[in-house]
Amino acid sequence: MADTTDIKKGFKMLIDGQPYAVVDHQFVKPGKGQAFIRTKLKNMMTGAVIDRTFKSGEKLEKADTEERTMQYLYPEGDMYVFMDNETYEQMRISKDVLAENTYYLLDNMNIDVMLFEGKPIGVTPPTFVELEVVETEPGFKGDTSGNTTKPATLTTGLQVNVPLFVNQGDMLKIDTRTGEYVERVKV
Amino acid sequence: MPESPRYPIAIVRRLKPPAPARVGGRVVERREDGVRVRDVSGELFVAGPGAALGAWVVAEGTWNGERLEGRCRLLNAPRVPYPRPDGDAAWFADGRLERLRERAAMKQAVRDFFAQRAFLEVETPAMVPSPGLDLHLDAFEVQPGALGDGPRWLITSPEYQMKRVLAGGAARIVQIARCFRDGERGRHHEPEFTMVEWYRAFAGSAEVMRDTEQLVAHVARGTREGSTVIPARGTPVDVAPPWERLTVAEALERYAGKTLAALLPDEERFFRVWIEEVEPQLGRGRPVFVTHWPASMASLARLDPRDPSVADRFEAYVDGLELCNGFGELVDPVEQRDRLERDQRAREEAGKPAYPIDERFLGALEEGLPPCGGNALGFDRLVMLVLGAAHIEDVLALPSRRL
Repeated sequence: MADTTDIKKGFKMLIDGQPYAVVDHQFVKPGKGQAFIRTKLKNMMTGAVIDRTFKSGEKLEKADTEERTMQYLYPEGDMYVFMDNETYEQMRISKDVLAENTYYLLDNMNIDVMLFEGKPIGVTPPTFVELEVVETEPGFKGDTSGNTTKPATLTTGLQVNVPLFVNQGDMLKIDTRTGEYVERVKV
Repeated sequence: MPESPRYPIAIVRRLKPPAPARVGGRVVERREDGVRVRDVSGELFVAGPGAALGAWVVAEGTWNGERLEGRCRLLNAPRVPYPRPDGDAAWFADGRLERLRERAAMKQAVRDFFAQRAFLEVETPAMVPSPGLDLHLDAFEVQPGALGDGPRWLITSPEYQMKRVLAGGAARIVQIARCFRDGERGRHHEPEFTMVEWYRAFAGSAEVMRDTEQLVAHVARGTREGSTVIPARGTPVDVAPPWERLTVAEALERYAGKTLAALLPDEERFFRVWIEEVEPQLGRGRPVFVTHWPASMASLARLDPRDPSVADRFEAYVDGLELCNGFGELVDPVEQRDRLERDQRAREEAGKPAYPIDERFLGALEEGLPPCGGNALGFDRLVMLVLGAAHIEDVLALPSRRL
C-alpha cells in the first residue's frame, strides 16, 4: 500500500477502478490545520484531468501499470499486432487504444505500450517519425521560405500541412506529439 | 595576499580607461584570445593568457573600456569537469546570489522596522524541552547530549520562550528565528525555515495587524524602489496599508457560499473547503486579514472577550498564500494548562508523540503576562512574494533537498 508520501509527478494510482497519473502536486497546510496534498491527476484511459485533495498520510492504491517496449508487426482488421521485445509474446491492440497513433506505425518500429492490469491502455510512439509523402500538389521550384503551406498525405494516411517546396516521394520528419511537419529529410 | 583583487568587476567596468586594474573571479568562458571572468558583481573579458574553465583567478592588466588587457594568475582550478550539472556552481548560477542579496536586504529592512519602533531583538533557544503541542505540528527530536538536560526538541516556533521574555518585563520584542517542522516540504514549505515573530504588550490583534501591514509595505518599498506593488504569485498585489479585514465566516460565504455551521465541527471538511475554494481567492490584488477563527482553532490565542465562540486570532493572505498567524495572546494560566492537556490527549489519540508540557512557560503565565498581541510571519514566504519567486527553494541558499 502506498501513501501520500509516494506522490510525485508520474506516480500512478487507482481511483474508482481507473488508473490515474499525477500531473501536478502541491503540499498545502493551513496555519493551524492538518496537511493536505492537492493534486492534478490524469486519467490514463480517457486523458481527462481531475483535481483531487488527499489528507497527508492517506493511503493510496498503486495502479497496476507497466510500460513495455513492443515492436509493431502488422494490422489485422481493426486490431494491430505487436510483439513484446522482452518476452516475444504477441499482443493485439485495438484502434481505439491507439487513436491517432495509428498514423505513426511503421513496420518493425519500437513503441512504448502502457499496460493496466495487463491490458494495453495507450501507446507512446517515438517523438519523431519519418514518413513518405504519397500525395501533394507539385512543389514550386525556388520557394524554400516555408511561409505558405499546402496539404500533403503521407503513407500512413496522416494529413499534414507542408511548405510549398515539398514533393511527392519526399521523406518528412513529423512530431508525433503535435502531428505536425518538422522538416524534410534528405535521403 | 599581495595579489588580492582591488575592486569588484562592476567598479572596474566604470573606471575611466585606460586604467590599471586587478580583479578576482572565476573563469566562466574560454575563447581563443582570452577568458571571461565573473565575480559576484559582474563579469569582464580578460584579453591575454587565461586559465581553465571554472578556475579561480586574479586577472591583472589595463582596463581599456571594453576589456582587461593583461593576464590571469591561477589560484585554484576545479578537479572535475566544470560546471557539474548538479554542482553548486550551477545551482547558484540561476540568479540565486542576486535573490539572496535581496533577501538579506529585506531581513535588514525587517530589523530596521522594528528597531524604529523600539522593539528589542531577542534570541531565544532553538533546543527546548517542549516544541508545542499543536496537533498538526511535528517537531524534530534532538539526540540527548552529555549535559543530562533531559529531552529536547527543535522549536516549531519561539513562542513559549518569547512569552517568558515578555513576562520578564520586555514590552516589545522581535525575533528572526529559524524554526523546524517535520514532514513539511513543498512549494511553500521547508522543514527548516525562517520566522519573524514579534510581541507587543498592552496591545491586541488590531495593533499587531497594523504592525503587519506596515512591516510588509516597508519591506516592499525598500526592495521595489519605493513601490508597494509586488509580483506575488503571478497577480501583482499592492501591499499598501490598510489591508482588507474579513472574518472566517465572511470569507467562507463569499468564496465558497458555505456557512461555518455547515462544515464544523468536522475540521477536515472545513479545511478541504478552505484550501480548495477559499484560500486561492484570498488577497488577490490586495492583501487580506482573515479574523474571528472558530474557538476550536484558537491555538494559543485568547477567546474574543465579546464573543467566546471565536478566537482573537488572524491570518494574512497575499495572492492566495498564507503569510502569518497572529493572536491576541492567551494570558490565563488555567485556561492555558487546560488547552495544553487537551492538545496532549489529542496528540496521543492521533498516535503522535505527546510532547511534555513546558512548566516554565506556564510558570511565566502564572507570574503574569501583560496583555499582549503577537504574530509569526513566514519570512521566506515574504521574500517569495516580494520577488515573485514560485518556489520557496528559489529564495534559499541551500534547501533541505540539496543537503
